Order: sequence, then structure tokens, then C-alpha cells
Amino acid sequence: MNYIDRIQPIHLDILKEAGNIGAGHAATSLSTLLNRKIDMKVPNVRIVPFAEMMELTGGSEKEVVSVGLRIEGEAGGNMFFMLAVEEANRFIQKLMGDESFTFRDHNTHTMGFSAMQEMGNILSGSYLSALGDFTQLKLQPSVPELAVDMFGAIISYGLLEISQYSDYTIVIDTILTETDEGDVETVKGHFFLLLSPDSFPILFEALGAGYDK
Amino acid sequence: MINKISEIIKVGIADMNIVKPPNMIRTSGLGSCVGVVLYDEVSHIAGMVHVMLPDSNLAKADIKNKAKFADTGIQALIAELAKQGVRPGRLKAKIAGGAQMFQFKSGSDLMKIGPRNVAAVKEQLQQAHIPILSEDTGGSSGRTIEFDPMTFLLHIRTVNKGEQKI
Repeated sequence: MNYIDRIQPIHLDILKEAGNIGAGHAATSLSTLLNRKIDMKVPNVRIVPFAEMMELTGGSEKEVVSVGLRIEGEAGGNMFFMLAVEEANRFIQKLMGDESFTFRDHNTHTMGFSAMQEMGNILSGSYLSALGDFTQLKLQPSVPELAVDMFGAIISYGLLEISQYSDYTIVIDTILTETDEGDVETVKGHFFLLLSPDSFPILFEALGAGYDK
Repeated sequence: MINKISEIIKVGIADMNIVKPPNMIRTSGLGSCVGVVLYDEVSHIAGMVHVMLPDSNLAKADIKNKAKFADTGIQALIAELAKQGVRPGRLKAKIAGGAQMFQFKSGSDLMKIGPRNVAAVKEQLQQAHIPILSEDTGGSSGRTIEFDPMTFLLHIRTVNKGEQKI
């Protein structure tokens, strides 16, 4: 039986809680970095066909800034912190006090690219360490990599390993938001956690949920 | 530019489809994946497959989706075109994709899949005696490609390196 077919609603709830804890810590880190209040939505945990995964956040062709890393250790997978280019520009402009910064210019502003990579590093680091504490699993992040490119071209890397097992993936999608004085809520970024199929039994066992192997 | 009257047939990841003029066929957000277009200059019938992995041997479960792999995907597309009356001997190919988006030093070979996908596609096309008329492969940029079966031009768009037709 395919691993996806063994997933029960309780498993999705557990993953939602894992995402909640991980992204909650990341949101706190981001608030501290920017000295502004960043909120987090309840994670969206779903089983989706690849085709649908490719169309999240505005379509496979949408240009995004992404910091991605591989998770290694007792469980494996891929994590991406992604945001729209305009939003990433605003982040780095604020962080560096340089209004002229843009991710569309690859030749100058190398400092801004490093800052973004470092920010992604801090955020995914807090997500992952919270996840590790919650599950009591040893999880190590790889060195994060920055990419400014099409959403589909980037996220498909997270699907490669999964594609050896299925045409579906379990996606743990958490949205970070900020609400301004006018009560307008804007999306600050997405965390996508795509775990390897091998990791689910380990994770569920660690959290005390039965999983029919 | 895109002709507004014609329809654009979409091909998803690990997916394939067939097109005839005046319609176009398109797949978007190719990273390490490879888009393979096979076309017949006589009938103007073409097909596209969006290959994700180089070899069906990589499957660790029973996967029925042939379009996912270079070997089974290209064979399936040739068979589908044959159903439309296109003889395999008349087919020509254009390919794009297979980028190396990340360097991930640790991790599995899967993360270096782009160049392996391109090599597998070429090997498969060679075995099927289908010539590659043009290609835009490798590099580190994502691509969106659109093929016009009327002109046989493959339009390629990248975020970082602009647009071109091959």
C-alpha cells in the first residue's frame, strides 16, 4: 500500500501541531529581527497532487525569493521559506536601511542577498529546532541556499524524493502575516515543509501515534 | 506574442499532452525537470512531456504515471503520437530544462538530478532515432516553455536571463 493511503486524519493533526510549533518559533524570530509583530496562520496540512502543489502561492511561474534547506538526521525532508519578490525587497530594504535594494538586480547589492540567506537561516533554524524538541528527533539542517526564481522550478526539488513513491505529497504550509495600523493583513511569507516518505513512520512513532506499516 | 484566439494546452509536472495548430502547448516552472517536445513537420502534430526523473528504475513503489520518467515518458509520448497517426520515423525533438538550481553539497544524488535528466532524455531520443533540432538545457535558471506546432518554434522564458526562441 502506498504511504499516502496509510495517512489518517489524526496524522494530519499531528503534522499540523508540528508545523504550528515550528513556524510559531520562526514567527517569533522574525518579529525580533524586524522589531515588528509578525503573526502566523494555523498551518495548512493537506495531501495534494503534485500538479496542485506546483500552483500554490500564485502559480508555478511566479517569481519568488526562497531560502531552502535539506533536513537530515533521524528524519529527512526539505524546507523552504518563500516570499514574493516585492515582499523580500521590503524586508531587506528595512533590514539594511537601503531603499534601493532589489532582488531583481543580481550584480550589485550582494550584501542584501547574504542578509536574506542569513534571515532564512535563522528562521528555518528556529522552525527546525522547535520541531526537533517537539519530536525528540535529531534533525540537522543543511546549509541553506538562496534562490530567486520561479516557484515551480524551486519547489519541484522538494518533490523529487517523494516522486519515487507517489504523485501526491503531504504539504505543511504555514503563512506568516503582518497586520498594519489600518488593519490590513499582508502575507509575509510561506514555510513549506515537505517530509520524505521514509520519515512519516519515524515521526508518528516519536509522537506516539500508531501508523500501520 | 501569444495568439489570443488559440488555446494553450497545459502540461503539468510529470504530465504529457498533444497539440495541433492553432493551439500551443506549454509547461511552466521547469527547474531540474526537462520539457521534451516531439513534433511532426508534415502533420503539424506535436506532443510535450514534462519529465521529472531520469529512469523508471528509481521508482520505489508501483507508479503508473509513465510521464514522470525520461524512459517511460518519451516512449509513452511516441505511442500517443502514433495513435494520432504520426509515424515515429518522422518525429523531431526540441528539449529544455535540466537546470541545477541548488548546490546542496550534502544530500542524495537526487539533488543533482538536472544533468542526469538531460542525459537520460538524450539517450532515450537517440535510441528512438529522433534527432534533437535544438535545446536549451542546464544552467541554474528555471524555465517556462511554450511550443507552437505551426512554426515549430519553442519559446523559452527565464526569470534571470530573459526570453528566446529556439
